[in-house]
Amino acid sequence: MTVAQQVITVAVVVLATMLTRFLPFLVFPAGRPTPKYIQYLGKVLPSAVFGLLIIYCLKDVSIFTGNRALPELISIALVIILHLWKRQMLLSIAGGTVCYMLLVQFVF
Amino acid sequence: MTGEQFKITKHREIHRAFRAAFPHTIPIFAGFWFLGLTYGVYMNVSGFSFIYPMLMSVTIFAGSMEFVTVNLLLGAFNPLQAFAMTLMINARHLFYGISMLEKYRGYGWRSFYLIFGMCDESFSINYTAMIPKDIDKGWFMFFVTALNHFYWFFGAALGGIFGSLIHFDTEGLDFVMTAMFVVIFLEQWLKEKNHVSSLLGLALSLICLIAFGGGNFIIPAMLAILFLLTVIRRPLEVRIGLSADIAKKTEKGGEQP
Repeated sequence: MTVAQQVITVAVVVLATMLTRFLPFLVFPAGRPTPKYIQYLGKVLPSAVFGLLIIYCLKDVSIFTGNRALPELISIALVIILHLWKRQMLLSIAGGTVCYMLLVQFVF
Repeated sequence: MTGEQFKITKHREIHRAFRAAFPHTIPIFAGFWFLGLTYGVYMNVSGFSFIYPMLMSVTIFAGSMEFVTVNLLLGAFNPLQAFAMTLMINARHLFYGISMLEKYRGYGWRSFYLIFGMCDESFSINYTAMIPKDIDKGWFMFFVTALNHFYWFFGAALGGIFGSLIHFDTEGLDFVMTAMFVVIFLEQWLKEKNHVSSLLGLALSLICLIAFGGGNFIIPAMLAILFLLTVIRRPLEVRIGLSADIAKKTEKGGEQP
């Protein structure tokens, strides 16, 4: 690829990314009332999306080969326990991450 | 109020919003710094100057897509394919936009920047964070977005410049992102009165991951979520409405949503 072609490729990626971010705001402008169905989606979608994002983070974990999913499961369980116990976001995240790092570096 | 006093008050307001926003972004600092660094190193070993990761981290600012772009740049010139792939990989932003229609509006140029920088992490924090009443919401969300943007840029630039020189045992540090999304999911779970949507999101995504594999599951998962949420709209609306009323009665003047 020439430099010009590289610039065009990156520009296209930027444009398409911005399209996915700005489109809802352009389709449903501020002045007009947003359709009830979209308002409903705006309310219920985030919960589902957070679930999707967890699975997205785990997409490369192979459940079926060896015990590779164990460090993930143990660390996620620790995150949940820590969070339900103290409800300190940073503590839960740091605790789970340190646990995971120790597990993948020394145990598994 | 004189102009000078007004300026000082305004300045304090921005400063306080920054201090409120910063702690929320600390986990992202760890994660983005590491992932950005990986990305920069990846570009470096793929033969690109550090200018590339620097510029791409600022303009694209969508982690997984930037990794894919490296492959696009190494392949044959095909802008149409690049366009289609970007739309598919980043289609989840549409969901974020729909959820943020009200929250992100009305802040002028900051609104533009909030939408421009709406990555997974900024969206998640800005959607779930309990912003104290005396903190300016617009500036809070602005700083969450800008700090995340900076961390990513910082990591990518560092990785691009020092590339192959960097070597340390950080294996597993990327779990910080997973941990963060688990916490955000949990916070949302504890806040909501009805868990149907949360459970649907987890279950349908998992089913689609098993059925379609890691590289292709997002679009089917999104469609499945959209479809089922549409099918159960009436009963779910009734439930949410009802439980909201009950919540109002039991905890008068509780926390803001």
